[in-house]
Amino acid sequence: MAIPKVMGTEIEYGITVKNDRDFDPISSCVLLVNAYREEHPGRILWDYDQENPLADARGFQVDGEKYTPNQQENIARNKTLVNGARYYVDHAHPEYSCPEVTNVRDLVVHEKAGERIVELSRREATLLLPPGMEILIYKNNSDRKGNSYGCHENYLMDRRTSFKQIAEHLMTFLVTRQIYAGAGKVGSENRAHPCPYQLSQRADFFETEVALDTMVKRPIVNTRDEPHADREKYRRLHVIVGDSNMSEYTIYLRNGATALLLSMIEDGALRRDLALRDPVRAIKEVSHDPSCRRELQLENGKKLSAVQIQREYLEMAQKYVSGKSPDPITLDVLAKWEHVVESLERDPMELRHEIDWVIKKALIEGFMERKGLDWESAQVSMLDLQYHDLRPDKGLYYLLERQGRVERIVTDAEIDAAVTEPPVDTRAYFRGQCLKRYPAEVFGVNWDSISFGIGSEPVKRVLMGEPLKGSKAHVEDLFDISPTARDLLKNLRA
Amino acid sequence: MADTKQTQKPSKGGDGDGGSAGESGQKLAKKGDALKEEMDALVDEIDAVLEENAEEFVKNYVQRGGE
Repeated sequence: MAIPKVMGTEIEYGITVKNDRDFDPISSCVLLVNAYREEHPGRILWDYDQENPLADARGFQVDGEKYTPNQQENIARNKTLVNGARYYVDHAHPEYSCPEVTNVRDLVVHEKAGERIVELSRREATLLLPPGMEILIYKNNSDRKGNSYGCHENYLMDRRTSFKQIAEHLMTFLVTRQIYAGAGKVGSENRAHPCPYQLSQRADFFETEVALDTMVKRPIVNTRDEPHADREKYRRLHVIVGDSNMSEYTIYLRNGATALLLSMIEDGALRRDLALRDPVRAIKEVSHDPSCRRELQLENGKKLSAVQIQREYLEMAQKYVSGKSPDPITLDVLAKWEHVVESLERDPMELRHEIDWVIKKALIEGFMERKGLDWESAQVSMLDLQYHDLRPDKGLYYLLERQGRVERIVTDAEIDAAVTEPPVDTRAYFRGQCLKRYPAEVFGVNWDSISFGIGSEPVKRVLMGEPLKGSKAHVEDLFDISPTARDLLKNLRA
Repeated sequence: MADTKQTQKPSKGGDGDGGSAGESGQKLAKKGDALKEEMDALVDEIDAVLEENAEEFVKNYVQRGGE
């Protein structure tokens, strides 16, 4: 049975420092993350104790080293924010994980709030550098030199749905989704066929179908099994194949369509056989074809284009939803999915106001034509990168947005509010409120727990295994009668 | 504020009109001109903010250790 699709994204950002000959990404990331100041004075750990990134959803545990920094390092690298998000250093990248949300519109708001937070910290951190140096941040996925970093999506699922079933259906969906979820990229990488422009920043980097690793031989379907929730009931599906998107419309459709697909898998509503013969090959074929017309080989002998395949998913989704009483956001996602598929069937360039890879392509082609450049020009590569620049006055996506050239989903007021306010309908609310109210007494945090160190008493961990419990409706009264952390713990036990 | 679409979709088939003298031909040509002006203005704006030493900048942009 389909359960509410609680979701969130973790975004690794690209970082560099202008005019710094000795640029060291790790120390720059630590400087960056620590430059973001919230009002609370807490020194709070990220609680790695319960983490298990080596658990594989296919039912085994992989041998390996778990990463557990010492306390000092931990506090320096990890910030849990009052809006329920986590802002931290992940290897050599700053990473923002938005708080858990119940719907895709809130997902857009909170992913965008993350951009604001990272940009704020970028400005603050730059002030601490020697004159002439500037930290620059990019919300993209590749450096064009064979290195890639991810946008990971997370979706709550019913654990009773078998992973095998999920993987089967998800494979083709993820390979073809790029036609509306791709962020666009100039050139190719990782020994893929050369091409002037492709739909996805990430496609070239995917080398296997199903696997646990996220950094080498990347799999289209990732088997990480770390629910961060009651593991008897829930699965957290971890999708690593997506691009980091700038366009609100693209983020909305990317997550919205995927969430719908996952609900259909849970309810056994996917009736058509769309398995591909060679998904790893197909993911590049789709990406390298901006006409979106190229036919892919299916396992059953047929050939269909990515657009035709997505048309099949769309039709199944429309049928699935017609039997229920869908909420307005689901209806809106479906309407936009249909609009996009129809436009792609006619001419992908019609979507130059909605879909990232098309917005970017139109911008670059216009520039190339006016300036007499070609796809190999340095300026064209610079446009590709600067589209994702987080500086509001330099980022090319933001320039287009300011001029009303891209269709929006949410408002600036909503995004600004989400910088300090958690979603009200998930456990992120409880987490954010604890940090706001009792910062000096919060000892450590993870997605599914928060622990308190009160005076010299032993640390007490509060478990939060239900993503929907801890909402404002649940705990508002509890907070009203708990002026201190000690009160909170007493009242929780009562 | 800006959550409704404020721009027209670009016209298709508005270029290479073949010099038709009919009203629709003139309309398309005007639309084409307006779009071209719009694009020119956009290119100027981009030019003003685009990183100056593009070649060096792109060459020096290297990211390691990503998931």
